[in-house]
Amino acid sequence: MSDFSGELTRPMAEADQVEKSMLSGTGMSIPWLRKQMETVETGGKKEKDFAKTTSACLGLIQEALLKHQWEKAAEYMHSYFQILEDSDAGKRQAAPEIIWRLGSEILYYHPKSNVETFSTFADRMKNIGVMNYLKISLQHALYLLHHGMLEDANRSLSQAETWRYGEKSSSQDILINLVQAYKGLLQYYTWSKKKMELSKLDEEDYAYGTATQNMRSHSWKTSVNLSALIQIPGVWDPFVKSYVEILYQIVPSHKLMLEFHRILRNSDKEEHHKLGLEVLFAILDFAGCTKNITAWKYLAKYLKQTLMGNHLAWVQDEWRSRKNWWPSFHFSYFWAKNDWTEDKALACEKALVAGILLGKGCRYFRYVSKQGHQGLKKKMKRMNRAVKSYSIVDPGL
Amino acid sequence: YNVLNVKEFKERCTQCAAVSWGLTDEGKYYCTSCHNVTEISKEVINTGDIPNTKIQAINRGLKRKRKLEKGWDWYVCEGFQCILCQQAEALKTLGVGPELKNEVLHNFWKRYLQKSKQAYCKNPIYTSRRKAVVLEENLSHSDWESEPELLSDFSFPFVESGAESQSDVNTQKSFPVIKASQSETASVCSGSLDGVEYSRRKEKGIVKMTMPRTLAFCYLSLLWQRETITLSDLLRFVEEDHIPYINSFQHFPEEMKLYGRDKGIFAIESWPDYEDIYKKTIEVATFLDLPRFPDITEDCYLHPNILCMKYLMEVNLPDEMHNLTCQVVKLTGIGEVDFLTFDPIAKMAKTVKYDVQAVAIIIVVLKLLFLLDDNLEWSLSNLAEKHNEKNKEDNPWFDFRKWYQVMKRTVDEKKQKWEEARAKYIWKSEKPVYHSSIDKSVVYKRREMVVSLQKQFSTLVDSTPTVGKKSPSSFQFSWSEEDTDRTCFHGHSLQGILKKKDQSLTTKNSLYWLSTQKFCKRY
Repeated sequence: MSDFSGELTRPMAEADQVEKSMLSGTGMSIPWLRKQMETVETGGKKEKDFAKTTSACLGLIQEALLKHQWEKAAEYMHSYFQILEDSDAGKRQAAPEIIWRLGSEILYYHPKSNVETFSTFADRMKNIGVMNYLKISLQHALYLLHHGMLEDANRSLSQAETWRYGEKSSSQDILINLVQAYKGLLQYYTWSKKKMELSKLDEEDYAYGTATQNMRSHSWKTSVNLSALIQIPGVWDPFVKSYVEILYQIVPSHKLMLEFHRILRNSDKEEHHKLGLEVLFAILDFAGCTKNITAWKYLAKYLKQTLMGNHLAWVQDEWRSRKNWWPSFHFSYFWAKNDWTEDKALACEKALVAGILLGKGCRYFRYVSKQGHQGLKKKMKRMNRAVKSYSIVDPGL
Repeated sequence: YNVLNVKEFKERCTQCAAVSWGLTDEGKYYCTSCHNVTEISKEVINTGDIPNTKIQAINRGLKRKRKLEKGWDWYVCEGFQCILCQQAEALKTLGVGPELKNEVLHNFWKRYLQKSKQAYCKNPIYTSRRKAVVLEENLSHSDWESEPELLSDFSFPFVESGAESQSDVNTQKSFPVIKASQSETASVCSGSLDGVEYSRRKEKGIVKMTMPRTLAFCYLSLLWQRETITLSDLLRFVEEDHIPYINSFQHFPEEMKLYGRDKGIFAIESWPDYEDIYKKTIEVATFLDLPRFPDITEDCYLHPNILCMKYLMEVNLPDEMHNLTCQVVKLTGIGEVDFLTFDPIAKMAKTVKYDVQAVAIIIVVLKLLFLLDDNLEWSLSNLAEKHNEKNKEDNPWFDFRKWYQVMKRTVDEKKQKWEEARAKYIWKSEKPVYHSSIDKSVVYKRREMVVSLQKQFSTLVDSTPTVGKKSPSSFQFSWSEEDTDRTCFHGHSLQGILKKKDQSLTTKNSLYWLSTQKFCKRY
């Protein structure tokens, strides 16, 4: 039987390999080959068993998570924590994020876990290394939001907001913005709640004054937050919506309102469509917007759309509080003449609206009709037809 | 040649009352027992002192290095000695005879110290005077405990070394210059006195002590004693934490502080590799100039006849196969005393991989019986199955397929458990080891963090107690005829695959090599 501690007959590429090969005379060198390949993978350095342990452990944790075996995952996690002490600095630095992701997942679902456990874990992980603080604070806040703990979430975000760490801060800019955004969102939510409470109160109510003031200061705070935010390039839609809604309350004639209307109009939700109509009417409540042709165009079109969609009630709701003063505010004879002279297109749009809301007998409509008859026959015809179909005024009356 | 007139200074130390003085770089007397520095300075009396003060400064450079923690002075070799002691104790617990620790391993270690001290002599413990004592000593008897000066069991510090440092070093053979100043920087330090220097040392012809080599020493001792522990058993015990290896430094005496470069020397993060330890065993034995080891005869555990029996039982193969393994051993001559016995002095020193060889023999026998061409073994299994069906009362014929199924399932289960244990293995020691004063606090903080996280998650783990630390066993699998859940094949008969030829039995299968293979021209 041949000797197993054979000499090397093959020249070795790596000097290190001299140690490793115990080639037998039969040339069965597969274990050697595997080790060779492992060495190539790790760039010449043999992987320590510590590293093998941690990577195998990671695999087991992930598998357990996939299978929803929370207890098993926790058990492996227990062993995995040692990666925070890895002598490999790169792995050590990457560790906190991995641990946070896996750990938070486990703690989210584990039956024995609760908000307190999660918060303890989050607080610990936030303070490992410097770069994870914001990310974890944000996710922690979201978790708390999930569980309805708004005040705690707010606190977490407020703390995170003030985080700074020298030059590293700039790389975390995006996260800081997100933190502020969510904080703003929370504030919006609080404001919205206050608004609702306010609407329930009577004006005579003793609490009304303070509630109003509360709400107003909140509005101001929130809008300041959010307005700063949306200066930064990015897609801020959910936040903008809240911002705009607040603005709508405070400044209904804001130039963003048209944009707001458009967004609402294009939404899938019916309540947004209703709000869209409100917004539009609100814009035109203000003197500054009376000559805004876009607003009138939108209103005309939207009224048709709304009525076509069988939402007469909506229109009636909006008109109820306005029918006493809009006619003289927008649709007086004076305005008819003025608008026609200055901007025929504007006059036509207004006329259409007037016709729908006041019927074809109203002054504005009749004036524009007559005037338009000479040059804009086609258009007049269309206008007439529209008013006939859509007018909310009962012709019988 | 008395270097300094320290002996003239005969005051008792105010702190520890010892009379044992050295000189600091500034020329002040200090107590070598407790390192208390006095204000009394020594005046240079004669010019003859000067060259030696330089030597002392170098010597002292090793001792008076900036210390991050209070503790004893200790040398790396002492650390390894401590570990070997622990390992020997563990082997004793496993049932190995006490002579292994007290005599065999002890002597090997002494021999190592002698051999390695001849080429470098920065180590003030081993002065010429000491060395003479050791060399004269008879290797075959002495106890670890009876030589406190040289190989203490660390119940007290290695104090005498301080007093010796000033004695002459001129009689030493060579004298490598040490740049002691480098080790003063904060980033390069060690708890041991020579940790930094040790990790840099690269001397030709000297086998430097490392953690894997401690196992080489253990194995050599086991082999010398012809104990019933193979190299693979030894390494398995290490992985199962029955023998100190990973984090063995945690059991150093409290006062032996370990940090800095010591970490690279003692804090190992890989399990021992069979090939590596095997190679190191030969290397160490050669370095120590060991004589031929005690004969491995037929009644020794390591003899293939016995080891094959053990493995046959362990992998649940029929006892009848033992007859065949013995025949193979005889035919190939690998049971011969001269083949099996380790002789480091031989021209090309080699030792047999007893465990691997025994398993190889079993595989050869399986091939003789079943050819293992993925065909014959299954058809023979079919025959066995048919026969067993018809003859339920008789001793069953060995059914290879059945055996394979049973064995594979068992091995797979074991393998999975083993892999899981490896994935969950905790490598990091309870007391963290830091590199330097810079990262000490960070390292401690990290440990604290890990401990608190582990604590938090341990409450979430299933409270049913997992199988505790396995009690060590030579057998990884055990089979019993009484066990009705799992078939035991020990008593099964090879009748179905053997046939009578004249007076003896031979295998029904007459082939061995698979026909696609061509013999290599070299043979």
